[in-house]
Order: sequence, then C-alpha cells, then structure tokens
Amino acid sequence: MTGAKALIQALEKEGVDVVFGLPGGANLPIYDALVDANFRHILVRHEQAAAHMADGYARIKRKAGVCFATSGPGATNLITGIATAYADSSPILAVTGQVPLAMIGKDAFQETDIIGVANPCTKYSFQPRSAAEIPEMIKKAVYIAESGRPGPVLVDIPKDVQQATVDMKFPELIKVRGYNPNVEADLSEMVRAVELLLNAERPIIMAGGGVILSGAFSELQALAELVKIPVVSTFKGKGAFPENHPLAMGPIGMHGHAEANKIILEADCIVAVGARFSDRSVGKFDEFGKGMSIIHMDIDPAEIGKNKSVDVALVGDVKSSLRTLVKMLSKKMIKKDSDNPWLKRRKELIQYYAETLKDYPREITARKSLKKLRELLPANAIVTTEVGQCQMWASLHFDVITPGTFFSSTGLGTMGFGFPASIGAKAARPNVPVVDIAGDGSFNMTENSLAVSVLDKLPVIVFLMNNYMLGMVAQWQRTFYNRRYSGVHQHNCPDYVKIADAYGAQGIRAESMHELEKAIKAALKSDVATVIDIPIDPEEDVYPFVAPGTGLKDMITGA
Amino acid sequence: MFATTVQKESWHIVSALVENKPGVLFRVTNLFRARSFNIESITVGSTEQQDLSRMTITTNSDEKTLDQLVKQLRKLIDVIEVKVLDTDKTVYRELSLIKIRAVDPTTRSEIVNYATIFRGNILDIGKETITVEITGTPDKIDAFKNLVELYGIAQLSRTGVSALPRGGVES
Ligand SMILES: Cc1ncc(C[n+]2csc(CCOP(=O)(O)OP(=O)(O)O)c2C)c(N)n1
Repeated sequence: MTGAKALIQALEKEGVDVVFGLPGGANLPIYDALVDANFRHILVRHEQAAAHMADGYARIKRKAGVCFATSGPGATNLITGIATAYADSSPILAVTGQVPLAMIGKDAFQETDIIGVANPCTKYSFQPRSAAEIPEMIKKAVYIAESGRPGPVLVDIPKDVQQATVDMKFPELIKVRGYNPNVEADLSEMVRAVELLLNAERPIIMAGGGVILSGAFSELQALAELVKIPVVSTFKGKGAFPENHPLAMGPIGMHGHAEANKIILEADCIVAVGARFSDRSVGKFDEFGKGMSIIHMDIDPAEIGKNKSVDVALVGDVKSSLRTLVKMLSKKMIKKDSDNPWLKRRKELIQYYAETLKDYPREITARKSLKKLRELLPANAIVTTEVGQCQMWASLHFDVITPGTFFSSTGLGTMGFGFPASIGAKAARPNVPVVDIAGDGSFNMTENSLAVSVLDKLPVIVFLMNNYMLGMVAQWQRTFYNRRYSGVHQHNCPDYVKIADAYGAQGIRAESMHELEKAIKAALKSDVATVIDIPIDPEEDVYPFVAPGTGLKDMITGA
Repeated sequence: MFATTVQKESWHIVSALVENKPGVLFRVTNLFRARSFNIESITVGSTEQQDLSRMTITTNSDEKTLDQLVKQLRKLIDVIEVKVLDTDKTVYRELSLIKIRAVDPTTRSEIVNYATIFRGNILDIGKETITVEITGTPDKIDAFKNLVELYGIAQLSRTGVSALPRGGVES
C-alpha cells in the first residue's frame, strides 16, 4: 500500500467524515488516493478557509477537523487558521505535502520548513520519513489533537513518502510517552474548594472556554444551581451556560456586559472553570481578584499561576472536577435562600444597566438587529462571528440559549474566521441553521468561501452588519486618536448583494427592521447561502468598553 | 502595561529528560524564546537510555517564572520529565576552554601556576597564548576567568552546566 493510501485509510479508521483542502504538486498522491476515500472532500478556494472550516467543524463535533494543503504556499496559507485554532484550543489536524525527502533543505521549489513555521502555534507536529510510519503517526496526531487541552497538530508528508509502497500495519493502541493528558484533580484541593465555597457570601462562577471544550454544560449548571451562584463567562466561554438562565450574567471583559464586569468585582470568591485569565477578560492581572479567593479549574497545569496566582487549583478535566465538586458540596450544602442579598444584587445590576444603557438612536442598529435575529432563530441554531465591533455586539446583544452553540475567534481575533468556520460547523451539524455574525471588513477577507457554501450545499447565513468601515479600528481612532481616521474606510465597495449573486447565493439588503425580519425568514428557508446586508451607521460604537491596560473597574459604559 | 509584581531572581538548574530525536532541541529553545524565558545555558547529551537525552538548563529567574518554565517544558510532548534540582543536593559541573594572551615568561609561569591551583589542564601553548581547561562549578570558572582577565583573554568557550542529583538511583 502507498503512503498516501495509508493516510486515507488511517483517517477513515479515525472516523473522519469530511476533509477540507486544496491540492498542489506536493500532495498529488494524497489527492489521487482521495478519489477512493469513503469520506467527503470539500474543495476550498483558499487554504486559510480550509483550516477555519476544520476548526469550525471541530468546535461543534468536539473532535478533530481535518484539512489538507500542498507544500510551500499551500501550507503557509494554512498558518493563520492553525494559529487561530491554537489560540482557542481547537483540535485540528493539518496534513501538508512536502517536497521529497532528498530535496528537503535544498530550497527546492515550493519548499517551506512548515514544521518550523508552525511550531509556535501547533500542539505537536510529525514528519514521517518512511511510509510505514504514517498509520501510527495519524493515530497519534488525532489523539494528541483531541485529548487534554486540545490543539492543532500538523503532519507534513514528503511526496516520495506518500508514493512509497510498503506493508502497512495499523496499530490499535498507541502510547505517547511524555504525554499524560488525563489528570484528576487533587482531592485535598477539592476539600479546600468546598470549604471556600461554603464560606463564601458572594461567590461567582467565571465560565471559560474549557467548559465548552469539555462539554461540561450540565455539570456547570448543577454547580451554579446547587450553590445559587451567578455565572459570568469569559468571551470564549460565552454560551457555556444558557444566557437566559436566572443565574446568568453574560461575558465579562473588554466588551463584556456591564453587569458582569461590575458584579465580578464585588464577589468574594471566584470559581474560574476552564478559563485562563486572559488580559481581554480580566484587564489588569494584578488588580483583578484582589481580596477575593480564587478557585481555578483547568486541564492544563501550565495555566495555573500563569497570569494569576490562585488559592485552590483543581487540575483536570473540568467535567470530572465539577462532578466531584458538586457531589462533595451536595453532602454539606445548607440550602441557600433564592432571594439572598447577593442574588438580589445580581437582579439590581441587570435592571440598572438595562435602564441606563441606551441604544444608538437609529431605525436599524446592531442591538436591535441582533435581538431580532435571536427572536427568529431556533434555540439550537449555531452562531459564529467575525472580528471587530460585530463580534462584540454579538457578545453583548445575542444571548446563547443552547450551550455550546456559539463560537468565535476569541484568542487570536482573526478577521475572516467566522464565515468559513460557519461552513465547517454546518458540515458538522447540517440540520440546524448556522449564522455568521459579520462585519464587512472581515467577510471581505474570506468571502470566496461562498463558492464552497453553494457548491457543497452547506447553506449558512451571513448576518452582515455593514458599516463599510473597519469599524472597531475606527472606534479606537475616535476614542484614542481624536477622530483622525487612518486606513479604515471601505468606500461602499463591494456591493455584497451582487457578490452573493455572483456566487449563486442569495443576497438581500435590509434597510429597515421590517425588511430585516423578512430577510432572516427568507434566509432560514433558503437552500443556498444567504448574505443579509444590513447597512448600519459607521459612527455606532460598542459599549461598554474597558480600555486596554486598565481594569474592569475603569469600564466606560457610554451612558 | 500589565506589569506584575517584581520578584527576586535567583540561579536555578533545571534538568529535563527528553526524547532523543530530531527537532526536540528546537522545540525547547523556541519555547524559551516565545515566552521570553531567560536562559543562561543549556546542554544536551546522551543518557544511560539510548532513546533519551538529558537537557540541563540554567536560568536566573524568579519563582513565578521558574514555575512557568517548568510547566511549559512539561507540556511539550517530547519532554518526559522535568525537575528543578536543589543545588545543595546536586553535583554539577561545567567545562571551559580559555585561551589567554601570554608572551613573556613571567606571565606564562603565572598562568600555569593559577591553572594548577584551579586543577586545570594546560591544553596548548602557542607563541602568544596558553589554552587552559577548567572544569568545575560556574563560580569556579568565573573566579579563574577574573584572575586571568588582566593578561587578556583571546578566546573563551564554556559548555554550560551538566548536572545530576547526588546519591540515589533515580533517572
Ligand atoms: C486578520 C486581521 N487583520 C486585522 C485585524 C485588526 N482588526 C480588528 S477589528 C478590525 C475591523 C474589523 O472590521 P469589520 O470586519 O468590518 O467589523 P466591524 O468592526 O466594522 O464590525 C480590524 C482591522 C484583525 N483582527 N484581524
């Protein structure tokens, strides 16, 4: 069997059902073997999109998404997507072609040391030197990508290794010495966590992306309901907890909900579940959590104490840690009053900001359109976002109801991520509507994925909040640079309805709330992708705002 | 902008057992660079097990940075085990080659004397230089270097520290 065939079979054995990619000289043997594969191949128009699609697929399926690219430029085009997945701990498997072994290091045509380039943004990488190594490497690659704290893994296969014919053995079991992803939280730390929680008067849960990665939704809800703890999330953790739940407070951070940013500062005990205390979420590391006790649950030991010293560290899969914690707590728990002062405070803050924070005065605004979108989408619809104001508005005004149905490029902030990622999500879960909440600048970066959406029958909805501006940058220029605009205008170009049309998708412009409602309904019925072009005012800012380098207490509400 | 409280730095020896295969040193050093860990020296060599190498890393770091350095190293798939060695319970040595300018006979005999006191070896005597090998703790090498600096050091090469815990049979 050839190395290329072995690759395809190894992927089949891993249960791969779709691969996103684009061929070239150095992966021709793989593409030849692909003809007989029992899984689907989706041809992209740019390799960056292949990586984002694999990422979107992975975030919904919670298993590795696979992408293929050729050597050199094909492989480097994947890098933004790989780095995006790395920053958000998403398991993708990238398989690149490489120049033949004998040509490596000779600056051959389309040779890039992609393992070197990708090193800082991959969890691990492999380069088989003989075809016989391929089956085991693929099994290891998938295992490493999916287990522990997930992340991208690269397998770079020289062309002659793809072509070589050898006897193949497909291992059932593999072992990676030096890699022990399955840790259980220390019991004595667990006991201390229970004590802290029992004694806390104003506890708060900060749910991070780890809850979603581990699928610990019901466990998180059990903890919150048992102790009656209000739940804020990080932006990555948005939707880890139903945002319409009577304990929910929404995301904290630079563009967090005002009430969430406020309440976390008043807490006396923070339970951080699968969160990493990023600067985006907590502002100043030193200032955050001062005088409070912090219980930190994470699967990655290196996250403990990285940005924030904590009182109790529960290292392990948060699903299992939460389960144990709930079990231990329920034995000791004295029923808390549902209208204790702390929960009253939660309500008070929500009400206060609901009354104070006024919408931008215009017929069609980001807030209104996102509320409308929520109203018309089923609870289980999947929503992803682009980057910029659109993303932060989504975080602020779109409530996630079914846990795990929202994701965004939160760590890297990659413009152009949302649209291809939504197509990947649609491939993973074809029966629910998938929406990309987009800004024009971001959508412009990967809009050629419309071809994929149409041809591969993966109809998604692009909810384009179009200010013909690199809006978030413009907002910063208004705020910090005295309105000196520089490099932010898109000058009404292109016409996104025509763009959609050109690809055979549906383009609808919605200039009033009534038109918007009609457009969303039409999009939900459509069997091709729909771009809803919603002109919004380029001066509309995102508030609240915690300026970089300041703390959550310095939040500007814009009211 | 996000300054954290400044902690006291001190000297540490970190010993890591790693897979003996291509690319491992690259992954380790790239990690140090990417996370701005300040490394004084790093040595890599074979061990009693053919498929493992030992890396010995010395660093001037505060406790928090050291903790991160160890945890991030452990996170690397190719790293099997990482330990911070307690310098009191560790044998550690560094080898250095020092080429000293020495033309006149007095200088030459002084250098030879010093080398004897430091239990060094004279490896080469040229017309204008003497090359001495000093093995010992980094402090000892520093002391010798300071002593002969006034003659002029033409070239110097240090290997970095290699270390093992005292006694026991642990790997
Ligand atoms: C690939 C990439 N380039 C540049 C940036 C910097 N950036 C952050 S937000 C933003 C503007 C995004 O504009 P748009 O997609 O139109 O969204 P809006 O802010 O207008 O809602 C830019 C340029 C980025 N995040 N990603």
